Amino acid sequence: MGVEGIGARVARKEDKRFLTGKGRYTDDMVVPGMKYAVFVRSPHAHATIRSIDATSAKSMPGVIDVLDGKQLLADGIGNLICGWMIHSKDGSPMRMGAWRPLAHETVRYVGDAVAIVVADSVAQARDAAEAVVVDYETLPVVTDTLQALSEGEPQIHPEAPGNLIFDWELGDAGAADQAIAAAAHVTELKIINNRLSPNAMEPRATLGIYDAGDDHFTCYTTSQNPHLARLVMSAFYNVAPENKLRVIAPDVGGGFGSKIFIYPEEIVCLWASKRTGVPVKWTADRTEAFLTDAHGRDHVSTVKMAFDSNNRITALKVDTIANLGAYMSLFSSCVPTYLYATLLSGQYAIPAIHANVRTVYTNTAPVDAYRGAGRPEATYLLERTIETAARELGVSPAELRRINFIRTFPHQTPVIMNYDAGDYEASLKGAMEAADWDGFAARKAEAERRGMKRGIGMSCYIEACGLAPSAAVGSLGAGVGLWESAEVRVNAVGTIEVMTGSHSHGQGHETTFAQVVAERFGVPIDSVNIVHGDTDKVQMGMGTYGSRSGAVGMSAVFKALDKVEAKAKKIAAHLMEADEGDIVIEDGALKVAGTDRSVPWSQVALASYTAHNLPPGMEPGLKEGAFYDPSNFTFPAGCYICEVEVDPETGQTKIVQFVAADDFGNIINPLIVEGQVHGGLAQGIGQALLEGVHYDQSGQLLTASYMDYAMPRADDLPSFTVTTSNTPCPSNPLGVKGCGEAGAIGSPPALINAITDAIGNNELTMPATPQKVWAAVHSAH
Amino acid sequence: MAKLTMTVNGRQVSGTCDDRTLLVHFIRENLGLTGTHVGCDTTQCGACVVHMDGQSVKSCSILAAQAAGSSITTIEGLASNGELHPVQAAFKTHHGLQCGFCTPGMVMTAVDMIRRHGGNLDEATVRAELEGNICRCTGYHNIVQAILAAAAETGGVRQAAE
Amino acid sequence: MYETIYHRASSVAEAANLMGTAAEGKYLSGGMTLIPTMKQRLAAPSDLVDLRHIAEMKGIAVDGRSVRIGAATTHEEVATSAALASVCPAICGLASHIGDPHVRHMGTIGGSIANNDPAADYPAAMLALDAVIVTDRREVKAEDFFTGLFETALEDGEIVTAVRFEAPAKAAYQKFPNPASRYAMTGVFVVRRADGGVRVAVTGAGSDGVFRHRDLEAALAANWSPGAVTNVKVDDSDLLSDIHASAAYRANLVKVMTKRAVAAA
Repeated sequence: MGVEGIGARVARKEDKRFLTGKGRYTDDMVVPGMKYAVFVRSPHAHATIRSIDATSAKSMPGVIDVLDGKQLLADGIGNLICGWMIHSKDGSPMRMGAWRPLAHETVRYVGDAVAIVVADSVAQARDAAEAVVVDYETLPVVTDTLQALSEGEPQIHPEAPGNLIFDWELGDAGAADQAIAAAAHVTELKIINNRLSPNAMEPRATLGIYDAGDDHFTCYTTSQNPHLARLVMSAFYNVAPENKLRVIAPDVGGGFGSKIFIYPEEIVCLWASKRTGVPVKWTADRTEAFLTDAHGRDHVSTVKMAFDSNNRITALKVDTIANLGAYMSLFSSCVPTYLYATLLSGQYAIPAIHANVRTVYTNTAPVDAYRGAGRPEATYLLERTIETAARELGVSPAELRRINFIRTFPHQTPVIMNYDAGDYEASLKGAMEAADWDGFAARKAEAERRGMKRGIGMSCYIEACGLAPSAAVGSLGAGVGLWESAEVRVNAVGTIEVMTGSHSHGQGHETTFAQVVAERFGVPIDSVNIVHGDTDKVQMGMGTYGSRSGAVGMSAVFKALDKVEAKAKKIAAHLMEADEGDIVIEDGALKVAGTDRSVPWSQVALASYTAHNLPPGMEPGLKEGAFYDPSNFTFPAGCYICEVEVDPETGQTKIVQFVAADDFGNIINPLIVEGQVHGGLAQGIGQALLEGVHYDQSGQLLTASYMDYAMPRADDLPSFTVTTSNTPCPSNPLGVKGCGEAGAIGSPPALINAITDAIGNNELTMPATPQKVWAAVHSAH
Repeated sequence: MAKLTMTVNGRQVSGTCDDRTLLVHFIRENLGLTGTHVGCDTTQCGACVVHMDGQSVKSCSILAAQAAGSSITTIEGLASNGELHPVQAAFKTHHGLQCGFCTPGMVMTAVDMIRRHGGNLDEATVRAELEGNICRCTGYHNIVQAILAAAAETGGVRQAAE
Repeated sequence: MYETIYHRASSVAEAANLMGTAAEGKYLSGGMTLIPTMKQRLAAPSDLVDLRHIAEMKGIAVDGRSVRIGAATTHEEVATSAALASVCPAICGLASHIGDPHVRHMGTIGGSIANNDPAADYPAAMLALDAVIVTDRREVKAEDFFTGLFETALEDGEIVTAVRFEAPAKAAYQKFPNPASRYAMTGVFVVRRADGGVRVAVTGAGSDGVFRHRDLEAALAANWSPGAVTNVKVDDSDLLSDIHASAAYRANLVKVMTKRAVAAA
């Protein structure tokens, strides 16, 4: 490891621009003639549109035009789609209802867009939006996950009778039932995974620019995957062919999944730019974000976990209903299926698993991937259940987990996944030591003397990230491949540009990707530029989600570096009249091993471009590309321990310590990895303690601002203790696993297990608000 | 429409805007200083924090007209001669930022916090003082570390100078 | 935000005159509630009259145990006033927990009490301290000033210019914040005067805004100790209920916050 190479704790290159106010986000973009858009949105959760009258709105000051869904349809703009096909267990395909970018017949949730107003200023556009008269005929509403499937509930899409989108299963029901029938003990629970709003601090925004001269569109957008946005907008929405559409995702202020998807607004702004002849910018306000950003989670499940007389798990049976909201968002179907049920084995050797998943439409915002996406739901279900089982069986929670740990690898679970490596005992042991688990009893007694209820809880999570390989996900229904691309361009002076299809929206690619290059060629990271986020600059790529940038994106860089290295060595060998196999790269120079002969890196680069003296037949230049398609997922795993004090008089929970012991394989930059864990923990703790989306019976969103949606603040959280252990991932060349989502996946059950331990009552749902905890304290037996 | 004059980052600036224009929009759109951000509608997230006459304020909840005649410092005015302000430097050293969107508000908040508390900040005080700033990326851990480090450094310097 | 016309007043008289000529005007002090409300288009004043630059409405005067706080005094100024802390630290503590540091730099005591948000902190202090609200026209006892949710005794165009109160022997404020908004989900200000009289004012919990709890006052007048609260029944029938806290939970918080305030006083 050099001072800037792999494993170095390097401060980030990109920080200076963010710290000095020079970051460039979509809403910061200004182009000549630009105008501002405001969307007219449905105030009703379910209604038919009788008419839209924009006559008076169009005559208001500053208004350029008001456009609606009928015009959009007439111009041939297509429906939004879900890109992952799931088949029900009877073989029928999922029942996807139409999602129009601007509704022209029916609105299905509060916030559904019906028209766009373009004006000289945001304020004028908003004034005019209020003057657009939409005549709605309201329809009955259903928002609740379970209720959506009941008899007599309103029908949301004609394509999906009874609001059922699909009824899917994974695993062997017969084997699970048999094991449960024969079990010495069965733990049963009902588990609710609360609906969340992602809340990247930068609200979504888009700037659509149509150039009539070239019949060309440019789309600035808050995207985690600009190439995917271009592909989908071209192939499905008929906005423009790919060669006539440039998508740029500049600095993006957080995503957490919510900026993977293609939303109506970017499509409509591009179209409106062509219709009005002016560039059109739209920026969401926070209430729009709450109303329309894809939500996360929202599962209701029942679970049975069976044990033999030696406390070994013999079966797991899960029945889940997942709420997908009013429309199927881009990856909504894979989240409660292949990203969820495939992780239900957790860290445990379970011979029989069966999961049945039904997904439903409701009159709520679409639900899709949010940090963790399916894996937090699986982990919460499993880790609350095993903790409950430990209490029922009278075994310590650590011991019950140990008894059931998978200890040999590779390990094939009954639910598709083949775990390649791991050491679950190591992270359990590391976490318990860091948390001083053995000293807990004394701390509890001390707290009791102060009138406080102290509890401790753990969670042993596993997750699968770096979604791959393409052929495998294709066979499971994915509409896209899940590889990544890279191009390494060495300039004539030896500086390097790396084009990556990955996208940074806070993860620090400009630093970590440069570290991988620095490690290889011994050049300073300041001489390496990472280029991403622009379909005109970067070859086709798949973007950043599912903790894939390191495992997949960096691996593509690694492969391209292999090719550059090979060519550079050939040139160096030629220049020094040495054997290619004797060339080594050290300290920024190519050397003949065992001699003092060397040429600086910059000289090799220059030689490749002057092409005056290259090996016979070699093409000039030093630039190589690679596409990397992994052979397997990566499987980060770890153990989280949370210790809390509950104030029985108010129900207030204070987290007194939180320990995370993770196995992320090899680590490129520990500073950044720790930061990813901290952020994930905060979101997981937020889910468990504070956050929850609430709709009322009529479909109005009650949590539409930070006044009612409780975001974790600094004083809600402790400082975290983060440790890592390292079993390198055998499935990629860098040996790295993903670290972006682990914190959000592993933390909620640890926290809820701690609170239920403290109060002696297992009946508690997330978020464990003071009111709920107070009620649970006072109903504990 | 009103013509406003104020001092921004040490320079007198003028501009014309609606009376209903918020200070943050005047700064971003009239002055082109886009480092100050808007992250919520309810005066809670703090992405818009600037200093007005030496005190931290939320520029999303002040009319530009209210700020007329005042002296404003934005994130762009903090570094001098290309050198990061000690608080900016501490955020970089301690990885106190990820996506960067809340960062300008966090930094301006931290500078004000240290102004009021000097080197006497402890973790609990820093966390309480961050009530008006929301970060979704960092879990605050490294922001707290950065502020404590900057307070120790700049507070210590100030005490030594007294 | 809808169109509005901004005016800056430099005296109370000028402010009143400006308001007199406005169609549907509103006074603007720190603006920490009014501007967000206007941003959400929930208020649409034709005119705003800015009171923040009126020198006669600023400042804190402590004379013996008599306290006068100008209406345009910010929460930060109240929180950090040494003179105030020497006679009534409870009100400094209250001010130091309103909103956040940035809000405290702008928000004012006059703005807070004129708005009378049912979850605001100052109304509880005014009521418990038996304060007098001074306006450009008259003086009104706090008891008579706060008349309901966002409702006060202020007449059209009337300006709160100051508040006055006698610093009590003991006082303390305890609040349990709403986890999202951080406004008081329940806040209790307790006062014990030198003559043994006790006042307990509750904010954040009442369905009709800030109120005094007479049973808690009686119990504490008889026995000024946290334990005296234990057997008092807090009726939840007039308390707020929402997604964050039921009336029953708020009733519990009224007792717990009272107990803790007495302990802290």
